[in-house]
This record gives sequence, C-alpha cells and structure tokens, in this order.
Amino acid sequence: MRTTVLEYDLSKVIELAKQGKRLDGRTLDQMRDFTIETDKYKNAEGSARVLLGQTEVIAGIKIAVDKPYPDNPDEGAISVGAELGPLAHSEYESGPPSLDEIEVARVVDRGIRESKAIDFEKLCIKSGEACWIAFMDFYAINADGNLFDAGSIAGLAAFLNAKMPKLNEKNKIIKHEYAGKLELKRLPLLTTFVKVGGKIMVDPTYLEEKAAEARYSVATTEDGFMSAMQKGIGGSFTAEEINLMVDKAFVIATENRKKLLKMVKN
Amino acid sequence: MSGKQRDDAPDYKKEKKRVDGRKMDELRPLSIKVGVLPNADGSAYLEWGQNKVYAAVFGPREALPKHTQNPYKAVVKVNYRMTTFSVPERKQPRPNRRDYEISKVLGEALDKAVFTEQFPNTEIGVFVEVVDSNAGSRVACLTAASCALADAGIPMRDLVAATGVGKAFNELIVDLNKEEEDASDAVDIPIGILPNSEEIVLFQMDGLLKKEELDKILPMAMKACKQVYEVQKKALQEKYKLTELSEANVEAGIAGKENAKNVSQVKEAKQEKESKKETKEVKAKKVKK
Repeated sequence: MRTTVLEYDLSKVIELAKQGKRLDGRTLDQMRDFTIETDKYKNAEGSARVLLGQTEVIAGIKIAVDKPYPDNPDEGAISVGAELGPLAHSEYESGPPSLDEIEVARVVDRGIRESKAIDFEKLCIKSGEACWIAFMDFYAINADGNLFDAGSIAGLAAFLNAKMPKLNEKNKIIKHEYAGKLELKRLPLLTTFVKVGGKIMVDPTYLEEKAAEARYSVATTEDGFMSAMQKGIGGSFTAEEINLMVDKAFVIATENRKKLLKMVKN
Repeated sequence: MSGKQRDDAPDYKKEKKRVDGRKMDELRPLSIKVGVLPNADGSAYLEWGQNKVYAAVFGPREALPKHTQNPYKAVVKVNYRMTTFSVPERKQPRPNRRDYEISKVLGEALDKAVFTEQFPNTEIGVFVEVVDSNAGSRVACLTAASCALADAGIPMRDLVAATGVGKAFNELIVDLNKEEEDASDAVDIPIGILPNSEEIVLFQMDGLLKKEELDKILPMAMKACKQVYEVQKKALQEKYKLTELSEANVEAGIAGKENAKNVSQVKEAKQEKESKKETKEVKAKKVKK
C-alpha cells in the first residue's frame, strides 16, 4: 500500500475535519473497531494481539526476579517498552529507540503505573534482596495511527492474563510452573485525541496523525480517576478543549473497557 | 545447553517415537498466511509448532545510504529480530550478535532466489519478527520471508523452503524442537533449498556429526523442505486464486450478455493457470494496488 503522505492527502483530511467528517466515515468521537486475542505467545507470561482498524500491535509480558531498587527495598517494579520497527511502516527504522518509541512507551507506562493498578509491594519477594519485575513490551506489527491506545489496550489485555512464575527455595524460577495470576486492582486505558483543522477527533489514523496540529492522551480508570496525560506534537489546546477531551475520554474508555473485558479470557 | 542427557529420555529404538510423539521424519504442524500486513508491499504470517513469525517486504526501493547501492543488482537486506517475550528468559530489546548473523545468512539465502539483477541500485527490505519460538525460528523466518517476497510480486527463480534437521537422543530427525535441540548429543542443521533445482542456499550446523550421518540426513532434509514448499505454494494460491466472485465479474465484464460461451473460456483459463503453477518459475501475480 502507498504509505507516503502527499500534501493532497493532508488537505483532504483537514477539509473533511472542518465539516466534522473523516475519511473512513467515522464521526469525530468514534473509535475504530478493535479485536483482541490473548495468551497467543506461549513463551510470554501474558500476551495479547490487538487489531485497531488496520493498526496491529502485539504485547507480551515477561516476569523476572531481580534486586529491588535501593530506595524502594520492599517493592517490585514494572517496565514498559515499545518498538515501532521497520516491519510496521516504511517510515520506521531499526536502531536505538527513537523519541517516538520512548514517548509512547512512557505514556502507556505511566497510565498503568500511576493508576496503582499493580501493587508493587506485592511484587516484593524478600525485602532488599529479591523482587519481581514485570516487563511489558509491545511491538507495532502494522502501524496505521494511534499506537498509544493500541499499545494501552494490548498492554492491559496482556497484564490481565499474566501468570506469576513459581519460585524454588533459592528464589529461582521453576520453568513451566505458575503461582496464580498477576493481580490488577484497576483497569486504566488511554484515550488519544488529535486536533485537525481546529476540530478534535479521537483515535487518529496514520494520515490524521500527519495532518494533526496537536495530540492529547489521557489515561482513565473505571472508578473515575485519571492516571496520566500527555500533550504531544506542536500546536495547542485551550483549557475548554482539555476539559471536553477528558469528559469524552471517560465515556470512550468505559466503552472500550467493556469490549476489552468481553474479549479477554480470564 | 542442559548438560547431561536426561534419564527419562524416551527409548527411541523400542517405540520409534520422539519426545513429542512425532515420527523421525515428521514436521511440526505448519501454517502460512500471506498478505497479512496492509502497509507492507508483501507479507506473511507463519506458525510452525510453537514458532510464530511475521515477515514483511518493502521494495525494491532506493537503497540508502547511497554507498550500499550495487549498480548491477538489488541488495536483499534481511532484518531478523526477536521480541523480548519470544524466549523463555526475557531477551534484551536491542539486537545481539546472533540476530545480526542470522540476518546475514538469511539475506544471502534469499539473494539466490530473487532475480536481483533486474533492480540495480535498489534495496529489497525483508523484516522478520519472531514473536514466539521453540527451536527452528530462523528456518521459519526464511520460509515466511520467501512467501512475503512472492506476495510482493518480486520476480523469483523459486521459493526458498527451509527446515531444521539433525540428531538428538542418537536418532537422525527432522525439525528439532527445543527439547531435542538441548539433548547432550544434539546436532542442529538449519537448511534451506530452492525446491525445484534442489540447490542449497542456507546451510549451518552445530554439534558433532559423522560423515555417514550427514549422508543420511541430506535426503531427509530435501524431503522435508519439499513438504514445506507445498505449504508455501498453498498459502500463495490461497490469496491469488480466482474466486467465484471474480469469475462472475469476468463473465459480466468481458464476455458480455450475448457471449455466454466465454464462461467456458474462463474455466479453461483457470485450468491453464493451474497447470502454470507446476512450472519452475514461481511468480505471484500482484494485484495492482
């Protein structure tokens, strides 16, 4: 498929946006349909494959034993990584993590971390000596915009089916044996908006991201909290616009959470 | 890897079955789907036992930076990568020496299959991502990559069909799994061929092997690769078959109302297409995008 963006494509997206329309016929507040498959990759402790429109993302969780950080001897940790590799789009290159990769990984990370969905103290094995670190890495397989939300959905789905490894007396992992599930206390989900032609739309495609003046992501929980926000790329929002997007995010994320729970095997 | 031979290793002589119940020359279940990634020019998704890999092809496109260009032919550049969660112990995200070596040998294997001389100064980017693994991921990638190249409509002499062969628990076997690869006497030979000419384009080995054993293994490898080849062809035919819908379109579009006899011509053309598939050159007809 042609993935280069022409000036003409962008002006079309902007013209439509001004009339409150979009190229794929969606309304401005409408997410693309998504599907989730979980527990597909057997070497991972938890995994998910998400198709959001034509965006495809896979996420996997590896849980390892490590030493706790000296300043938090009673806590384990999580780590989130993202890879937007050349497999997913002709624009991406291999090499050290790009700024975009780091940003999307950190925003997804904060959404989960700050919501206190995972109790880090429960990830402690022995104070100051051993703890669990849950690594969630997600990979773009086909990139057609909004890797923030796709990564967030894939990450949450993967965490939801993650199993805790079992330890022997020497705190070494026993292969292929598990000790229950990783417990999640909240279900934070990101919702991402862009401003195109002065209008705000949710879940941008690749083309809409290219045409966007500004981007805004907010992670919301089912019990009415926001756990992370990020404004991205040039351009700006007014305070009213931020308020409006947050209100919409709660509605959209609730809908997405319902869909997600239906599709995730528990 | 696991040091000593296990005591509970199955008695092959008695049962003639392997750890996972397979026969000596039996492949793990293999399935391939082509055209799975809309952004890529050609793509494939392959599941082979527990191995799961994606392959995407971009190009031929201008090779950059410029000094990588070859004025006589296209450069087939393979990027073999594994996700952090594709192995039992988390892999570091950045590519390691193994990733680079495999990328190199896979590129060199595909180079022989592609008519590279038709695209001077260009690069054909082949990106393979292992998302789940259990021994034999490089041959899985090579198999998927050649399907993706065909899906991209790149002219090729033949597909590259690959498999692992070798020795474990004192038996010569095909398509080793992880447990067999970790046997104390394990010999692992990833091998890739052009099935029609039986030319070998990928060959690696590690382990201790006698010449007589190699003599026995090579015919087993050829036979196994040809089984892989059948699956590859089927996957490509699956995408590029003449569907009933398109047949109806052809009828309505070309034949017109008064020319009902052309329906039989369409059927003949279809049969002719079938027989063409038998010919040596494998060319996937690319639908104009």
